Amino acid sequence: MQNKLISDATLVSNYIQGDESSLEILIKRHKQRIFSFIYSKVYDRDVAEDVFQDTFIKVIKTLKRGAYNEEGKFLPWVMRISHNLVIDHFRKNNRMPKFDNSGEFSIFSVLSCDTLNAEKALIKEQVESDVRRLIDELPEDQKEVLMMRMYNDMSFKEISERTGVSINTALGRMRYALINMRKVIEKHNIILTN
Amino acid sequence: MAKLYSKKNKTEIKMNPRDETISFILNYSKALCVIKYKNLKFEALQN
Repeated sequence: MQNKLISDATLVSNYIQGDESSLEILIKRHKQRIFSFIYSKVYDRDVAEDVFQDTFIKVIKTLKRGAYNEEGKFLPWVMRISHNLVIDHFRKNNRMPKFDNSGEFSIFSVLSCDTLNAEKALIKEQVESDVRRLIDELPEDQKEVLMMRMYNDMSFKEISERTGVSINTALGRMRYALINMRKVIEKHNIILTN
Repeated sequence: MAKLYSKKNKTEIKMNPRDETISFILNYSKALCVIKYKNLKFEALQN
């Protein structure tokens, strides 16, 4: 009750003189209004706590440095500081959007790592070695065209020039190579998927 | 029945900061010391 009688201006003045308990009274007097104001803007309990804390750190620094100009408007001044800090918070968050990953949406479902894990890398290695063995089983002319096309990334024009056959023949050899490989795969039930 | 066109009263949020936050602020205040030297001011945390 006694506290109510002391004006904000007097408390601020006492605090500047070194009376720490005055700050406690000021905080207790205005905490609900200031905190509710901050919360009504940020709608996040933890962020509101942070902004509230930063507001009073600023208040304390300003008062202790003797930079506060007492005009009997302590609360509007603190509210202005908290308002500016709320704006700072939103500016900072716009620059760096934050995903807290607490909702249904998971950021990790969108972001994925391209590198394979150990198991998948092993399977990939096995699949590639199986394909190599299948290619080795092909007749030489088909194997030659397939290797040039798939591993050397050559066009059929380049393949025809290199092997001395027409483009159609090269295309035909490639076609037969694939048909033959598929036949072997089906016959032996080879699984070539990762 | 007559329609009411008056604005709805805004439900004011009434919340208080955690005790730990208040305690931190008060401790910070006690620890902070501003040292004045000529025209310069230095902040020191005595913790």
